[in-house]
Amino acid sequence: MLKTTDFTRLLLLSVLLWLCPPLQAEQQSATLTQAAPLFQEASFDKTREAVDLLAASGDPEVVPYLQALLDGKLYQDKAQGTLVIAKDGNTGDELRKIPTNNSLRKYLRGAVGQLSLSHPDAAVRLKSANGLLETVTPEMATQLRGLLEKETDSAVKEALSLGLAMADLNAADKAVRLTAIESLAGNLHPGVRNRLTTMTTDSDAEVAKAAQEALRSIEDTAALYGHVETLFFGLSLGSVLVLAAIGLAITFGVMGVINMAHGELIMLGAYTTYIVQQLMPNFIDYSLFVAVPAAFIVSGAMGILIERTVIRHLYGRPLETLLATFGISLILQQLVRTVISPQNVPVSNPSWMSGSLEINSVLSLTYNRLYIVLFCLMVFALLYFVLRKTNLGLQVRAVSQNRAMARAMGVRSARVDALTFGLGSGIAGVAGVALSQLTNVGPNLGQAYIIDSFMVVVFGGVGNLWGTLVAGLSLGVVNKVLEPWAGAVLAKILVLVFIILFIQKRPRGLFPQKGRAAGD
Amino acid sequence: MSEGAHLRQPETGQPDASHKAILYLEGLNVSFDGFKAINDLTLYIDSGELRCIIGPNGAGKTTMMDIITGKTRPNSGQAWFGQTVDLLKLSEPEIANAGIGRKFQKPTVFESHSVAENLELAMHGNKSVWYSLRARLSGEQQALIDETLQTIGLTENYHQQAGALSHGQKQWLEIGMLLVQKPHLLLVDEPVAGMTHQEMERTAELLTSLAGKHSVVVVEHDMDFVRSIANKVTVLHQGSVLAEGTMDEVQNDQRVIEVYLGE
Amino acid sequence: MFITRILQNDRGGQIMLAVLALVLVLVPVLNLLVPEGSFLHMPTYLVTLLGKYLTYALLAVAVDLVWGYLGILSLGHGAFFALGGYAMGMYLMRQIGDRGVYGNANLPDFMVFLNWKELPWFWQGFDMFWFAMLMVLLVPGLLAFVFGWLAFRSRVTGVYLSIITQALTYALLLAFFRNEMGFGGNNGLTDFKDILGFSLQADGTRVTLFALSGLALAGGYLLCRYIINSKLGRIVVAIRDAESRTRFVGYRVEHYKVWVFTVSAMLAGIAGALYVPQVGIINPGEFSPLNSIEIVIWVAIGGRATLYGAVLGAILVNYAKTVFTGLMPESWIFMLGALFVLVTLYLPQGLAGLVQQFQAKGWLQRRAAA
Ligand SMILES: Nc1ncnc2c1ncn2[C@@H]1O[C@H](COP(=O)(O)OP(=O)(O)OP(=O)(O)O)[C@@H](O)[C@H]1O
Ligand SMILES: [Mg+2]
Repeated sequence: MLKTTDFTRLLLLSVLLWLCPPLQAEQQSATLTQAAPLFQEASFDKTREAVDLLAASGDPEVVPYLQALLDGKLYQDKAQGTLVIAKDGNTGDELRKIPTNNSLRKYLRGAVGQLSLSHPDAAVRLKSANGLLETVTPEMATQLRGLLEKETDSAVKEALSLGLAMADLNAADKAVRLTAIESLAGNLHPGVRNRLTTMTTDSDAEVAKAAQEALRSIEDTAALYGHVETLFFGLSLGSVLVLAAIGLAITFGVMGVINMAHGELIMLGAYTTYIVQQLMPNFIDYSLFVAVPAAFIVSGAMGILIERTVIRHLYGRPLETLLATFGISLILQQLVRTVISPQNVPVSNPSWMSGSLEINSVLSLTYNRLYIVLFCLMVFALLYFVLRKTNLGLQVRAVSQNRAMARAMGVRSARVDALTFGLGSGIAGVAGVALSQLTNVGPNLGQAYIIDSFMVVVFGGVGNLWGTLVAGLSLGVVNKVLEPWAGAVLAKILVLVFIILFIQKRPRGLFPQKGRAAGD
Repeated sequence: MSEGAHLRQPETGQPDASHKAILYLEGLNVSFDGFKAINDLTLYIDSGELRCIIGPNGAGKTTMMDIITGKTRPNSGQAWFGQTVDLLKLSEPEIANAGIGRKFQKPTVFESHSVAENLELAMHGNKSVWYSLRARLSGEQQALIDETLQTIGLTENYHQQAGALSHGQKQWLEIGMLLVQKPHLLLVDEPVAGMTHQEMERTAELLTSLAGKHSVVVVEHDMDFVRSIANKVTVLHQGSVLAEGTMDEVQNDQRVIEVYLGE
Repeated sequence: MFITRILQNDRGGQIMLAVLALVLVLVPVLNLLVPEGSFLHMPTYLVTLLGKYLTYALLAVAVDLVWGYLGILSLGHGAFFALGGYAMGMYLMRQIGDRGVYGNANLPDFMVFLNWKELPWFWQGFDMFWFAMLMVLLVPGLLAFVFGWLAFRSRVTGVYLSIITQALTYALLLAFFRNEMGFGGNNGLTDFKDILGFSLQADGTRVTLFALSGLALAGGYLLCRYIINSKLGRIVVAIRDAESRTRFVGYRVEHYKVWVFTVSAMLAGIAGALYVPQVGIINPGEFSPLNSIEIVIWVAIGGRATLYGAVLGAILVNYAKTVFTGLMPESWIFMLGALFVLVTLYLPQGLAGLVQQFQAKGWLQRRAAA
């Protein structure tokens, strides 16, 4: 992603450089020299004539001059009559600014647009063609048709035909208008929608009806993209849930330990991000790459500490574990309140997280959400790999299935317990880094997620990583689907109630763990 | 017959054994994650019979009892108690109240209750919530408890916490709990494990004395014990009946010998 | 006598109830009869504080009934407490009548503020005391019944159950925060004026509420003890220790669980109803999962499955909370957290267990000396 944006920037830069060649009077083209005296007359009519002259030349080199005129930056040497585009502070007594007025500027805009439409560079043509949509007039239709025929670039072609259709909307011929309307059906450009809306009240009933239909199809398409957007929001919320829950899926699912302090391990991860950013204030863009491993270590170490000092003594007593770890969660919260601050702390987003990926004019996916989804999948894949393919994973699964047997086979279960717990806690820390980019970082951050995380794990089926993934993502989507008509809070309540009812139906979740070990 | 009717037909109501058999198991199948623990099992127990069931470890003996008592639901097949009671439609307590009692392989008693309280809890009678809130031991019930304690040799331990009993004593207590439940059909899973030789004899006596009035199904690995009580033996293997007959017939069956001695 | 029979083998309960009786006599005397300037006078705020502790103690008894004896760790009992509190709060709201800020006799202030035109259906009847009191029992009871029926019938047990009880109270927390729910949203119900015509500010009312809390605690205690002593109590403990074995001797476990859970929820509701007029406010914060889990720690510290331990734990922890949040507010959360950890690690039977241990030791020593 980083690369793509850089690449685009580079491209734009080169285009700009190409657009502004170093200007020297001697090299000015013949047309410019021809038009110069007209400018000297200092009358708006003559200036317009000069503009016509320049525009008619079709020479791409005159575009910057017209643009400069439009921007009030075109000057003329009083003595020699040469035209100069002013850079800052470049004006002296020998230069005279060429005046413009409103109508002239409007005229200029059209001229510049048309000229750039035949500019040799496709990017310029595209930009100009897109700009056309708002200002297009029926008179331009013929010209656009001509341009369209010559055009080779497909993107520009598309934009031009859209512009043409817009121009045709105003055509005198009803048939032309109708075909134009038809061709615009499903087009998401906001200009199109506005224009068609005005046409729904057209005096001609047929046209009005056609416009209504086209508008409906546009709305359908927009609604479709709306659904896509909801789905995306849902997936990103779901990814947050999965990230928050997946560490729990390990400690609860694999080890059978209820860790109520899981939320606080997430919080520690978020605070680690904050501290990392404090330590490297000039490298915010890179801070997350440091924060992820740091948070993993901080939360993981805290997890191991908790396991060694408390949980170890409580294996086989899940309810007691729940209470003890709840106590730990209180202590950790208060610790953060005392040591750092009871208030939220500011965590910045790296620049590459801001902005969004524009799919079309109604659908754009913000980068931070996009990255969360990707990050979640990455973490999941990594964890899955660790548990399935590594030696540690093998031992973890052995201990979780039959502690006594695993020990008899030479697995050092105490060490495995500590490491597993550390792994689950470390993942919680990593989730905290992700959350720090989305929500406020404060001492209560963890509390907000603990119940949700448990719901995800229980819903997915304890001891099943896939279950956690599916459960998290689908709960996220369901939440976002419900939100528009129920409101955020009610949606959340509904989801909770749904899970409570669901657990009654399937006490072992979506993907129950099988075998005798899972039974009583 | 409606489901509720079974419930209102408590311990005292006899199951309809008019066709001689009291327990019908037909075509039962149970699989755990693809592993067939019970495989097309068909078995009939006659009213008043004492039946021994033997079979190597993992043959499915306990699982069979799990099906009868409602703990495990079969994937397919039929299980009837008498002519009228469809066991597969009932929950565990309903089955217990219909008159099927069970002693578990691993003795499970109520550890924090006294021995006498264990018997009180297991005793037949009204088991509804409101009733038990007001229930007091009647003289009759007290007598039954004393008598049963006598039978199982735990009179001395009347007030002792059940959790503090020895393994063998727990076995006896479980048998006692089974007796006070007054079931028509007793399912007894490995009753003599952990008992001395004399205790074994007493158990054998007890079980044979129960037969006739009750139907008894005993699962046991101890062949001497089985020989001492059984007239009919069923051999289970890999979830289905391998052989059935008297002890001698079964012991001379070639397939049974193979199963026990290994191929 | 009936009460002595219930308390026959319950030394802790005897002592606890004796102390309670003493306090119930002393406090009104010290507050109402001893003149204000006197050294022995008990200020009204203290009476109310004690009354609040007593309602907490009742709540703890309710939790001990389900956790200690039935083995269900409910992390949602705060919800039943709060619901009872809201039912009482609604009655108190209606008692305000036209003395609110907006002077609307038919609508509580917050509804006027929200531009509501008439009383929602679920507020109907709450102007009648008897109806409100009925709801104090019925609403928590019904919720517990429905929830318990669903959960216990499908055999949700252990930590799963704990977690969904927590989700239940969390869902209620979110719901009651919404203004549209019609319970005053964020601010809850407050600014109460009087109860049954008696001003809530009057010393007499305060002392009466205190006394009622004490009586409710005693009654709740005796009820729970009666249940535990009955055969039902033995069945309940059997369910706690060996649930499936209980089924195989013919008990329908889910019926027992639902019954006890519902009774416990109603007790919690009563506690909530007595709590609200004394503290003068009920808001959604009472539904917070933290509150519910705190109750559990009271019981754990006192010693579960003893009932009197729950009373002891609730009063001790809340006293400590009052003292320490006053002295060093920072440190209280640390202490509470440490309590959770230390009690579960080192004091699994709670203070009651500790006392019993000492007694057993003393007894052994005396025997050895003899
Ligand atoms: N809940 C379960 N999940 C998975 N497998 C099970 C389950 N219950 C029983 N099995 C398997 O079914 C088979 C039969 O078990 P069962 O306990 O019925 O044997 P058994 O005949 O009683 O053996 P034993 O004489 O050792 O008591 C065994 O292989 C056992 O592992
Ligand atoms: Mg067996």
